[in-house]
Formats: sequence, structure tokens, C-alpha cells
Amino acid sequence: MALNNNSKVTHTLEAKDLSRLFGINHAVKNVTFHLNKGEVLGFLGPNGAGKSTTMRMLTGNLAPTEGSIRVCGIDIVERPKEAKSNIGYLPEMRPLYKELTVDEFLTIAARFHNVNSRNIRKAVEAAKDKCGLGHMSKRLIENLSNGYQQRVGIAQAIIHEPEIVILDEPTVGLDPIQIREIRKLIKDIGKKHSVILSTHILPEVEMVCDRVQIIDKGSLVFHGSIDDLRQQRKGNKLLVGLSKPPVTKEILSIEGVSLVEKVEHGMFRIHIKSDYIPAEEIVAISIKKGWGLFHIAPDITSLEDIFVQLTQMQPK
Amino acid sequence: MIINIARKELKTVFASPMGWIILSLLMGGFGWMYSDGVDNYFQVMSGSIRPAERVGVTIFVGQTVYGAANFLMTVATPLLTMRLISEERRNQTLPFLFSAPITLTEIVLGKFLGLIIFLGILVVYIFVMLSTLNIWADIDFGYLLGNSFGLMLLVGSFSALGIYFSSLTNQPIIAAILSFIALFAMGVLSTYFASDPNHWFHYISLNNHYQSFTRGVIDSSDVIYFILFIATFLTLTIRRLDSDRLSG
Repeated sequence: MALNNNSKVTHTLEAKDLSRLFGINHAVKNVTFHLNKGEVLGFLGPNGAGKSTTMRMLTGNLAPTEGSIRVCGIDIVERPKEAKSNIGYLPEMRPLYKELTVDEFLTIAARFHNVNSRNIRKAVEAAKDKCGLGHMSKRLIENLSNGYQQRVGIAQAIIHEPEIVILDEPTVGLDPIQIREIRKLIKDIGKKHSVILSTHILPEVEMVCDRVQIIDKGSLVFHGSIDDLRQQRKGNKLLVGLSKPPVTKEILSIEGVSLVEKVEHGMFRIHIKSDYIPAEEIVAISIKKGWGLFHIAPDITSLEDIFVQLTQMQPK
Repeated sequence: MIINIARKELKTVFASPMGWIILSLLMGGFGWMYSDGVDNYFQVMSGSIRPAERVGVTIFVGQTVYGAANFLMTVATPLLTMRLISEERRNQTLPFLFSAPITLTEIVLGKFLGLIIFLGILVVYIFVMLSTLNIWADIDFGYLLGNSFGLMLLVGSFSALGIYFSSLTNQPIIAAILSFIALFAMGVLSTYFASDPNHWFHYISLNNHYQSFTRGVIDSSDVIYFILFIATFLTLTIRRLDSDRLSG
């Protein structure tokens, strides 16, 4: 990714050629990306792809073997204190002191993040409001449900109004209702802060994120907007059902068809070369030749399929 | 920031029964030693002891209480230090500290300070308790201050050692056992080598350097020894945490 000097102002976070070795294994390899001001970036990848390792490096919890990270223009290795004050981080295993109450814990979080002592109460109240924790103030964190504990985790990440909020798998282990609520919360947070959201759930990225990058085996295999990802799913494919199918050669002879795949129950996946989809021609020919056409529709690849395709390709 | 970490440590230690139980047990123990000492004083001194060998009430009771304190702290400090880092490691709360704008040195010093304040409550408690002798006797406050100062340095060293062992493992109980064994071994070895006062072990033995304080003497070389001991183990702890960040 080429970055010119002007674009630096809008990048709240920049990671350049980030690599991390564990022994001889590359957990993360030459990862370069940036985060724009006020966007939600989805960091997608299967389990063990290097998401959490990257997050840990971005937040100063793990030193990169190679590469640099700049948070709001500040190098996190050279000036960790200043860089970290711009970040709010919720790791995958939420770091909560369960023996404390919500208020006590958030007060400590505010103090640790240099919130002015006069503003601590206000900051705690604001964070609780945003995360819907208002009525839980005096409860011990230990006694809260999973979903509410997660909210406390998010509240501690935003208590000091950081420029960047990094959330590592924030919806793991929650029930569907809680997941919806947390996603809504993340969307709200994205209005004020730049957010990096790591997940292995594709629809989550689709619902919440503005931009997405996919990591697999430690390398980035895709980055672009959600629309770019959606584009991939359309593709130039038709799903055609024929009850008396001819030999595939005959279908291949139709103008524009590049490949015919046989799917079960008389279904064929027809790949098209060009932008023009010769649906009409296929219908006409199959009626003329009596192939027994009973289904014709664009073949939409699910996002999961794209994900699988992207992550199973060997990165170059 | 060190103060903030220390406040957090105190908050968590008092949020669990552990802190209160240790505090009350130790206070009970010291109180019992104290009343026992006062009781014995009159029995011993009114007996057939020769006038030249008679000691003041401060030293007599003080020796009983501070002698017990040395031993009780050897047992209690590992129980308090064990959770400081290893429990955070086990509960995976360390990232909370590491991703805040706090340096590792501040984290370790803050945790140490929090523990010292907690143990300081006990040292002050002993001092106040022994000071009550002043109501009916004219006691030697210098002796008490020297002992308190020495005890503070001693528990500071125990704590620094305990924090280091706590940073090595994610099992608090293992940290406690390791630091207890280390402290206990040091005590046993210094008794073992007691017959040879020039043995090198005496130079590194905590108990040996503590001896002058028990007489109410503040020897600067002993003070420096304790400070170096504390600094060494705190530095090792910082290094250990830093290696977490470096090696993952």
C-alpha cells in the first residue's frame, strides 16, 4: 500500500511490514495496513490465523519481531506510553478483576489511563451509559452474565475516549441476543472512534464494518471495502437445472460459457467468460434441444465461500 | 501512576477475604505474643535472675514480639505475594495493565508499594502495641523504631523475593511454595553456619543483616544490603515481565 505524506493525517494507526516469530514459526508475516479516522475495520480470519497476535502487537502487549507500528503518528516501540494512551483494548480473554464492582473496576481503568481525577466520575458514568451498564454499578463483576461482563470489558476500553478502540473477538461465547446488542454497541462506538474489530464470523464484519481485511496463516490475503467483498460474491456464474442433460460439451459450445461444473440432482454451475450473461441463449437452446430446463438463476456464492476461497488460496 | 497501581492492589487485597484473614491472624498472633511477653516478664524478672542479667521491659517484650514477627512474616508474606502477578497471569488480566500507558517498572513498583503499605499496617500496629507499655514503664522508643525499621526492610525483602517468584509462574500456590522454601532455606542455612561467623553465607543472609536491627541498631551497611536485595529482585521481576512482551 503506497502511503503519501498527506494521507498520514487521516490514518490513526499504521502497521508496516509487521512480522512476529514464535520460535521458527511465523505467526504474522509482513502485514501492512492502516486504519482511517472514524472507520470500523474488520480483521477477519480463521482461528489461529494471527489475528490475536497482531492485536497484541498493536496494543504493545507483544513486541514485533520486525516492522513498525505508529499510533496517531507515534511509534509504539519508541514511545509506548504516549502511543498506548491513544488506544483502548479489549483482549479476547477479557481482563476483568472479578472481585471488584463495575464502578470500582471502571474507576481503576480510568485512573490507569490518565483520566484527570476530577473527570473520573464523569468518565465512568459516560462509559456505563454507552455500554448500558447504568443499573449494574454496584454489582460485583463476578456475578454479571457473560454479556454484561463483555460490556464491562468494552467500557474499560473506551473510558478514556481513545482515538482507537481495538476489540478482539468481542462476541465470542455470547448468545444471539447479546451478540446483536454488542454489535450495535460496536457500531455506536465506531461513530466516535476508529475501531479495529477482530472476528472469525463473516456476517459480523458485514453488519458492523466499513472495511475488511482477511488474514490467513499470518499473511493478509484480502483488504478492501465491504462492497469489494460483496462484489466477489456475485461472480459470473449461473446455476442451471436440467432434467435431461446433454453432454457437457454441448453446453460448453454456447457462446460465452467458459466452464461447466456438474452439481448433484441435475444441476449445473455454468461459469461465464464475459460480463454479459447469456441466460436467454441458454434458455432458448435448452428448449430447442429439449434438455428439460427447470431452474436457472445466478449462482450467488455465500460470503463463507469467499472466505474459504480466500483463506485456502496459498498466499503469494 | 505507581500510587494508582498500589491503590488497585490494596483494593483487590481487601476485596477478598485473604487480606482480612491474614491481617487478623497476624494481629491476633502478635497480640498474643505481646501479652504473653508482659506476663512472662514479671515471672522471670521477679524470680531468681541475677540483677546484672536483668533486661528492661522494652527489650524483653520486644524480643518476644519481633522474634515472632520475623518468623510469622516468613510464612505470611509468600501468601500475600503469591497472587500479585501469577494470579493476574492466570486470570489473563495482565493485558489490562500492559496496554495502559504504564511502564513495567511502574507496574512492579506499584505492586510492591501496595504490598508494603499492607504489611506496613502490621509493623505500625506492633509499634503502637509495644508503645502502650509506656503507660506504666519508661520504654526505649529508639529500640522500637530500630526494630520497626528493620522489620519493614525485612518484609520488604521478603516481598520483593515473593513478587519475583510470583512472576515466574501462573500458579499462585507454586509461587507461594517457592518463595517460602527460599526464605525458609535462608533461615535454616544461617543457623547452620552460625558457628562460623566469617562464612561467606552470612554476607548474603537476610537474618544475619537483620540481627543488628533487633538490638535497636541501625547499621547503614545493613540498610544498603536490604535496599540492594529489594532492588535486585524487583529488577528481575521487571525483566521477567519484559520477556513476556518480547517472547510472547
